Amino acid sequence: MSARSGRGRLAPYLIGLPGGLWLAIFFALPLLVMFSLSLQSGNVETGFRFTWEWSNYTRAWELYSTQFIRSVVYALVVTALCLVLAYPMAYWIAFYGGARKSTYLFLILLPFFVSFVIRTASWKFILNDQGIVLGPLKEIGLLPEDYHVLATTTAVLGGLTYNYLPFMVLPLYVALERVDPSLVEAAHDLFASRASAFRKVVFPLSLPGVFAGVLITFVPVASDFVNNSILGGTSTTMIGNVIQTVYLTHNNYPLASAMSFLLMAALLIGIFVYARALGTEQVMEVAQG
Amino acid sequence: MTRNRPLDPAWLRGMTMPRISRRDALRGGALLSASALLAACGVEGTSGDDAPQESGFWASQTKAGQLDFANWPLYMDTAKVGGKTVHPSLEAFTKETGIKVNYKEAIEDNDSFLGKINPSLQAGQDPGWDLIVITDGGSIEKLIRQNFLTELDHSKLPNFAKNASPSVKNPGYDPANKYTLAWQSGLVGLAYNPKLTKREITSWQDLKDPAFKGKITMFEGETDFPTSVMIMMGIDPAKSTEEDWKRAAEEMKKLKPQIRELVDNSGMAEALSSGNAWISQAYSGDIYQLNIGGSPDIKFVFPKEGATYWTDNMAIPKNAKHPLDAITYMDYVYRPEVAAQLVEGIAYITPVPAAKEQLQAKAAKASGKDRQTLEDLVQSPLIFPTEADLTNVKRYRALTVEEQQVWSGIFQPLVQS
Repeated sequence: MSARSGRGRLAPYLIGLPGGLWLAIFFALPLLVMFSLSLQSGNVETGFRFTWEWSNYTRAWELYSTQFIRSVVYALVVTALCLVLAYPMAYWIAFYGGARKSTYLFLILLPFFVSFVIRTASWKFILNDQGIVLGPLKEIGLLPEDYHVLATTTAVLGGLTYNYLPFMVLPLYVALERVDPSLVEAAHDLFASRASAFRKVVFPLSLPGVFAGVLITFVPVASDFVNNSILGGTSTTMIGNVIQTVYLTHNNYPLASAMSFLLMAALLIGIFVYARALGTEQVMEVAQG
Repeated sequence: MTRNRPLDPAWLRGMTMPRISRRDALRGGALLSASALLAACGVEGTSGDDAPQESGFWASQTKAGQLDFANWPLYMDTAKVGGKTVHPSLEAFTKETGIKVNYKEAIEDNDSFLGKINPSLQAGQDPGWDLIVITDGGSIEKLIRQNFLTELDHSKLPNFAKNASPSVKNPGYDPANKYTLAWQSGLVGLAYNPKLTKREITSWQDLKDPAFKGKITMFEGETDFPTSVMIMMGIDPAKSTEEDWKRAAEEMKKLKPQIRELVDNSGMAEALSSGNAWISQAYSGDIYQLNIGGSPDIKFVFPKEGATYWTDNMAIPKNAKHPLDAITYMDYVYRPEVAAQLVEGIAYITPVPAAKEQLQAKAAKASGKDRQTLEDLVQSPLIFPTEADLTNVKRYRALTVEEQQVWSGIFQPLVQS
């Protein structure tokens, strides 16, 4: 009896052990190494020494504050765009998808079967200055000859929104799918208009989905570097691109690590504030699925 | 009752000294060990050992019949045989020497390639390649400085001694060719499409023409763009100082609105052939290949302020498995007929001037379109530049690792703005 209860108490820990170890070895440890790196000085040939070099952080900000701020602004804009685009989509699938719901969801996931880079690069083909979209429009005089989309902020934001849209649709769908349609009917029975039924019943019930969607869109977008390197121009560099170059090309590990930590800190603070503003119970609800 | 009692020393100490509980002690210990842990994460330098090469090194080498050769894309003559792309000059080499060549276009970029092989070089292990091709202007110097290359035995390089151009013998970055031989050289100048610019381009200053706003692409990375801007400003990049770099950075900021995007060399080819860019910073040989590959309009110019002259160098990494096979190949490409074959295939500046006669002889025998192509090659100053052409070329600034950090601090925020 006692042995059984002993094992019963241990069981949850044992279940968590593989995942916990995985995180400890492949997440916590590298994080610690990176934090150490961010406080080192030296160069790649003679080696780096740990010297509490806090100036790496100030230097990272001095050199690349523009790119930091741009990444956060892009992430905010893209998240808002994704939300506006994804909500009606998820709503429609959840309430009007009928028997084909899973087909529609599959269609939304379909782009994931093509490599991220290829998907983005195909935008380059479509949006070429003289390409299949802009070429004819220029020919009939709707657009000026030197108009271009590629290598602009619009192209980068467009690419990001396109690539991260499914991340927003899925959690929204899950939340909306759980809303009982009879609640909407009840609202109508109580003389709520369609608009106020949505505003007072459906939308609040979908908030956990909104919370999750915003979170899992915002964080990867802020650190994305693929879209800018393929679609961007001279003033669209995101901090992910800079970190990549400084780490892999310049081998300036301390500076790159300091930049990563700055980005991480900014994201964590943002998430914390956001979670506080939306209310912790939403977070808990999301966490509980 | 109130007797003046001497204070209990233990009590006094307890009241005045900070009290360290066992928990605090543990916490302090944890803090200490955390910083020890952080300090333990220091990163070793990448420089190899300083031991000189053993004098008997080359004598003890034997032919292995295998050569693992890492080169850049589109940097070897090719032919289509039965739908398969082959490299005739490599096949001829295998036929003659029995050395099988494992040829891979493994180098897209000096830094990222070196990043890949650095760990093995550092550990004193075989990096997987017997022959690599690395550019001057920082990268090859870095390998030499770190003692990562095998010293060459010039007694095994008779063709180099006989046929190499004086311009590639005894280069500043590798005195007496101790570690490297030139593979090919090239120029960084401007390329443009006259149909789109509607005028001739002759100078780096033309980049400032408001008519070309948003129609210019320059090379990404922090080397070529700043180097060409310094040439535009009349600064010799090879002798430039930190002050010059700062001035160049100011000039780059002024140029920025003119520039559409920063590209790598395939991006440059794409931008020019699609018409997205009218003018681009370009490598000479790439433009020749674009011309024969379906964009005949695009022209390469040697800007009047000068162009950057670079050399890609063959080298044998330390601890390579088949050094004798590698050095045999290095000498092989210094035969005029092989050099000519390479010129025909890739159209860069050959280190073997005698290749010119080979091509002329071949042209005399050929007819029609082939003859025209060969004659164009022979006459092109981009492949066989004259002494006069070469007086106006500039070299990259060779940076020490400390200077590199200063350079990056100045230019990287601009090229990734």
